Formats: sequence, C-alpha cells, structure tokens
Amino acid sequence: MPSKKWVAMLLAGGQGSRLGELTNDLAKPAVPFGGKYRIIDFTLSNCTHSGIDTVGILTQYRPHILNSYIGNGRPWDLDRNNGGVSMLPPYQGKDGGEWYKGTANAVYQNFHYIDHYDPEYVLVISGDHIYKMDYNKMLEDHIVKGAHATIAVIEVPWEEANRFGIMNTNETDRIIEFDEKPKHPKNNLASMGVYIFNWKHLKKYLTEDEQDNGSTNDFGKDIIPKMLNDKSNLQAYRFKDYWKDVGTIESLWEAHMDLLKEPSDFELGEPSWQIYAGNANHPPQYISEDADVTQSLVNEGCLVFGKIDHSVLSYNVQVGSGSFVKDSVIMPNVKIGKNVIIEKAIIGSGTIIEDGAVISDSKQALTLIGENQRISTESALLQAL
Amino acid sequence: MRNVLGVINLVNERPILKELTHHRCLASVPFGGRYRMIDFTMSNFMNVSVSKVAIFTKDKYRSLMDHLGSGKEWDLDHRSQGLFILPSIHPDEKIKGDLQQFYDHLEFFQRATADTVIIAPGHHICKIDFNHVIKEHERNEADITVLYKDYDGISVKRPLYHQCSLETNGEVRDINLYTSPKKGDHICLETYVIKKQLLIDLIKNCIEYDEYDFLKDIVKANLINLKVQGYHFTGYMPFIHSLETYHASSMEFLNPEIIRNYFYDSWEVFTKIKHEAPAVFANSSSVSNSLIANGCIIEGIVENSIIFRGVKVRKGAVVKNSIIMQKGEIEEGAQIENVITDKQVIITRDQIIKARKKPMVIKKEEVI
Repeated sequence: MPSKKWVAMLLAGGQGSRLGELTNDLAKPAVPFGGKYRIIDFTLSNCTHSGIDTVGILTQYRPHILNSYIGNGRPWDLDRNNGGVSMLPPYQGKDGGEWYKGTANAVYQNFHYIDHYDPEYVLVISGDHIYKMDYNKMLEDHIVKGAHATIAVIEVPWEEANRFGIMNTNETDRIIEFDEKPKHPKNNLASMGVYIFNWKHLKKYLTEDEQDNGSTNDFGKDIIPKMLNDKSNLQAYRFKDYWKDVGTIESLWEAHMDLLKEPSDFELGEPSWQIYAGNANHPPQYISEDADVTQSLVNEGCLVFGKIDHSVLSYNVQVGSGSFVKDSVIMPNVKIGKNVIIEKAIIGSGTIIEDGAVISDSKQALTLIGENQRISTESALLQAL
Repeated sequence: MRNVLGVINLVNERPILKELTHHRCLASVPFGGRYRMIDFTMSNFMNVSVSKVAIFTKDKYRSLMDHLGSGKEWDLDHRSQGLFILPSIHPDEKIKGDLQQFYDHLEFFQRATADTVIIAPGHHICKIDFNHVIKEHERNEADITVLYKDYDGISVKRPLYHQCSLETNGEVRDINLYTSPKKGDHICLETYVIKKQLLIDLIKNCIEYDEYDFLKDIVKANLINLKVQGYHFTGYMPFIHSLETYHASSMEFLNPEIIRNYFYDSWEVFTKIKHEAPAVFANSSSVSNSLIANGCIIEGIVENSIIFRGVKVRKGAVVKNSIIMQKGEIEEGAQIENVITDKQVIITRDQIIKARKKPMVIKKEEVI
C-alpha cells in the first residue's frame, strides 16, 4: 500500500459542556448547525476540498450519534479503499487501555493508526469550528518554510485576545512564544486549533510527553511550549477568512446570525466549496399563502404558515399560522404551533412548542430550549421567570 | 419479508410533454420542486422492500441514468441485487414492443430469486401501497392483477388511455385500448402484479407467435384463460398527458393537504441527493403559496410557484404561477407568469413573459 502524504486527525471527543442542554445526548461536533449541517461537516468538507483522503476521528464523549452520522464517510467522499474515514474511540490493548487524557494523548494512543499510512505530515484539527479553509495552502507554506510545525492563526480583536491561545511571532511569522489566555496580550494572533506537524517530529514529542507525569497531554498547553523550548521551527499561518468557535450558546447563536447578514459573512452555498452533510431526504419547503419569510434560511421539509424574520429554520420544522419567529435558530424537527411568539432563542431538535406559547426574554437575553421538550403557554412563562 | 422484483417499463412512453420531453424520457421529467417523475414509483417500490429493480428504457435515458446513479438513494446499491438499467439490444431497429425487450433480457427474470413481479410505468405521480396490492393479489389467487383508477382529469380527445371493464367480482372482463376517457372511466394504470414464472412462460409464448405487447398480448389475450383481477386504486394521482395537465398537476402540489398526503403521512419519496445549502430568503423577498427547494436564493417576489433546487430570483423579479426548474435565474426586474422554464434557463433583466391561456415552456439552457 503506498504511503500517504498526510493524514488528518480530527478531535471530536469533547463534551462541549458550555453548549448546555444541546450536548446532553451528543458530542459538540454533532450539534446541528446552519439548518442542515452538523458542526463537524465544516471541518470534514475542508478535508474533502483539500484533497485529504484519510481522516481519523477521535471520539470519546457520547459518540453514538456521531458514529451513525459519519457512517462510511460517503457524503464527504471518504469511503475509500485505501484510507477514508475511521472512528477512533479509546481502546484496550495488551497492557490495558485508558480514556483519552488530553488532545495530545488522544493522538498518541492512535499512533499505530497514523504509522500504518506512513505519512510525512499530520494535520490535527478539531470538529467544533465553523470555517472554510484550504489546508493545502497551509501545507505549502509549511513546506516552503521548512517548519517542524505550523499553526493556523487568525487576528482577533485586541479586547478579546485574552480569551484565546495567542501566538507571539517575529517579523517572518515564526512563533517565538505561546500565551494561553494572556491577561496582557502582546499580540492578537489566536490559534485556530489547526496544526500541521512533521509526523516524525511530532511522534518524538508525543512519546516524551507521555513519560512526563506533570503534563496535561494537551497540544496547546504542553506539546507546543515544549517544541518552542527546544527551538523547533514553529510557523504561524495567517488565515484571513471567516472563522468562528461555536463552543458557547452565545457564539453558536452569533454564528447563525452571521449567516443571515446581507451580504452574508459566511456563505453556505458557495458552488466551489459546498459543505457536505449526511443528508436526510425531505420534501421541498412549503411557504403558505399567509406566510411571510424575510432575511432567513429555510430548509427542506419545512412547512411555514407563520411569519419568519431573521432566523434559521432547520429541516423538518413546522411553523403554524399566526406565529412569529424572530432572531432565532430553530433546530431540526421542531414543531411550532399556532400564535406562538419566539424571539432571540435557540430551540433544540424535536421540541414541540404548543399553540400560544411565548418564548421571549424581557431583557433581550438569549433563551435556550433543549431537545425534545414540550413547551406549553405555562412552561414558557416559567422559562421567562 | 416478501421477495419482489420491480420492473419499471419505459418502453411504451411517448414524448407527450413537448419541449420537456425533447431531450429526456418522460420518467426523467422534473416534478414537485426536487423530484423526477420516476422517484415516485422508485419510492413505492422501496416501501414494499423490492430488492431488485430493472428499468427497461426506450430512448433519451442519459439524464435518467445520471439521476439514478448506483441506486444508492433508493437503497439499491447491493452486491447481488440492486438497480439494473436494461436498454434495447437492437439499437438500429425499431422495437416491436415491450415484450421483445423483456424477452431480450429474459435472463434478468430467470436469475432473480424473487417469485413476484411488479410492473409499472415511470411517470405516475402517486403513492401506491404495493404491500396491499400483493396481499389482494394473493387473496384473490389471481394470475395477474391489473391496477386501475377512475378517471378524474379533464376530458381528452386524443385516445391516450386504456380502459378496463370489470365483472362484479372485480375480475377484468375486457380491456379497450386507446380510448378518450370521460370522468369515472376505469383507466388501466399499466401497473401489474404477476408471478415471475408465469411471466417468463407468457413472454416466451408470445415471442414464439410474434406477439410483442404486454397489455394486448399477455393481459387482454388471456382474460379467459387466466384469472385477471382488477385492483381499484383510489388514492390521489394526477393524469398527466400534456403540458397543461403537467402544469396543473404541479400546481396541485401547492395544496398543503396534498403535500402532507404525499410527503408526511406515509413513506418518504426519495430522490438524488445534492449538497445544496438551505434556501436563502432575502430581506427584500416576498414568497407566498410556493414550494422552494434548497440552494435557492430568493430576493424577489414569488407567488403560486414551484421553484426547483439552485434557482435565483433576483431583486424586483416577479414569478407567478410558474415552474422554475433547477439552476434557473430570473434577473432583476424580470416578470414571468404561467411559464415553465426548463433547467438552467436565464430570464434576463426586465424581460416580461406572460402566457395567457396555456403555460409556455422555455427550453433548457435558453437565455431570454
């Protein structure tokens, strides 16, 4: 079997506890996004468009929905004879086994998987960001600069820099220092959690890190600082397009609102960069005589009889007559009755909102309703209290 | 589970939809915002767990093959079973009838492990529960079951339909070929259930005597020798035989009751998957009583229309009572009414096209 130029290791094991009730039953990468996708689709589609045909998905927390969703990887062209997609949960070996202790440990535990393909480079990515990126360009940069590792970075507003892992660089974008959530940032280049490593180099560090009992086995906290300490050639690769970490309810909502801007901050329908998804089959969306839909995304399987403004309706959502949905994200299979008002809310999949319910916060704060709930007029009132 | 073989017979198709069937077979004509006509029969077959489907094609089937692919969407990409496209094996000769083509591919029937065969045309927009049809077929101990429906379309002068007359016990007494139907007439749906071995024997027998038409030479000719049972299909199904009836039947899919009946209350209708983004409704858009598929960008006004996948309706454009097929574009200020645009048509800026009595068709890839 010919060896691969590179393989991707996709970190999808996190719980995403800051997404609250949306991750009760599924891992963060499997959370629905943009009406018809799941968060992981963006990273997987990036792999497809970058010509990567071998992707290992590292899972740990609640992997079942993700497992069945990814299947044999066909929607992303990852059903390959050599390579393709592999789900990599923690496993038992001769000497026992253990949970993934950190991002670096997760990759370390699967180094046989990577070695099997004997790649020159390993791309480490995570399944919880919304962006469209050609990893090939980053690899070219990595090769030209003769780097041991390249980390994708994006400029963030200075006042937010203290929330990110910040890369301090020299004038040629070589990384000289890494600051995790610095109180007084010296730079505003935030790590996007996208790394390219020379596999031989990374393997050495992963093995050493494993011996270090004080390590948290994390790429950002342990591996990168150790490499910097040893004067490895670490390069920053500047990414200029849209990138969003959707790790919190607020950022998940904001990312949806970004889709709705005119012109949109992030176009889902770009013909040369389609986002692939494990599509279910649904009839076309019906917009009734009395319905009114403006500045919104509406998906297949929707039946709309009410008024929708500045919102995202995922597949199979029904909105009854006299209802009004504004500034909201309605996840798949939600049924909204008649004369319902929903303002600035995320409604989790499969939830039923009964006739006349009002979901709207008096202080204009974001409301989250979890999955598979039944909301009546009374419970909506309680929610507001 | 039953062991059923599905046959979609396109050999008797005629290009009745003018421009829409110039370059594609009838079964491949787009319908309902994201489907092709054949999807309905394919999905009906899926519902009865047909494991092997053969499509006997006549001509102009490139787009059909592209649409069906490996049959994956209908769960038909299996190792030994699955989807078979069986064209004529005499490309230079005029085909003598569907039986000739069945005979030419007789091996397909002989090899199949199924014992029951359903034969149906490829353009019926309906949901037939074949589980029930087969149950009735077996209960009646019929040799052949013929499906029929009472005609409820507008009267047609052209002799397009075959009619069944029935005994009181539901057996078929006679079949009148090529009639002009009136309301209530029993129209033969050219859909049959028959045991596989009987079908093989009858095909061989007919070919020996130079007989080539399934309905005439197998069904009609054997009304006395065999037990031919009628099955009264009472579900919804539009009779489509012209551009007008195609347009009118499409518009019936703007009725929420019909939408629920076809797409929500029973088994799903499957079609080819495309990775289109959600439909974008701009702030300037105004849409009412319409079907809008994914991949569309709507900035203008759309009323009583069916908009297929990937269509753009630009600012100030007005689309009324129209059907816009895949990847069409209605540019700024253009207005269309009562129009069917085939795939990839562009109506340029400020053009006004209003058809009065009959819907007007704009051919594939035209720019107006």
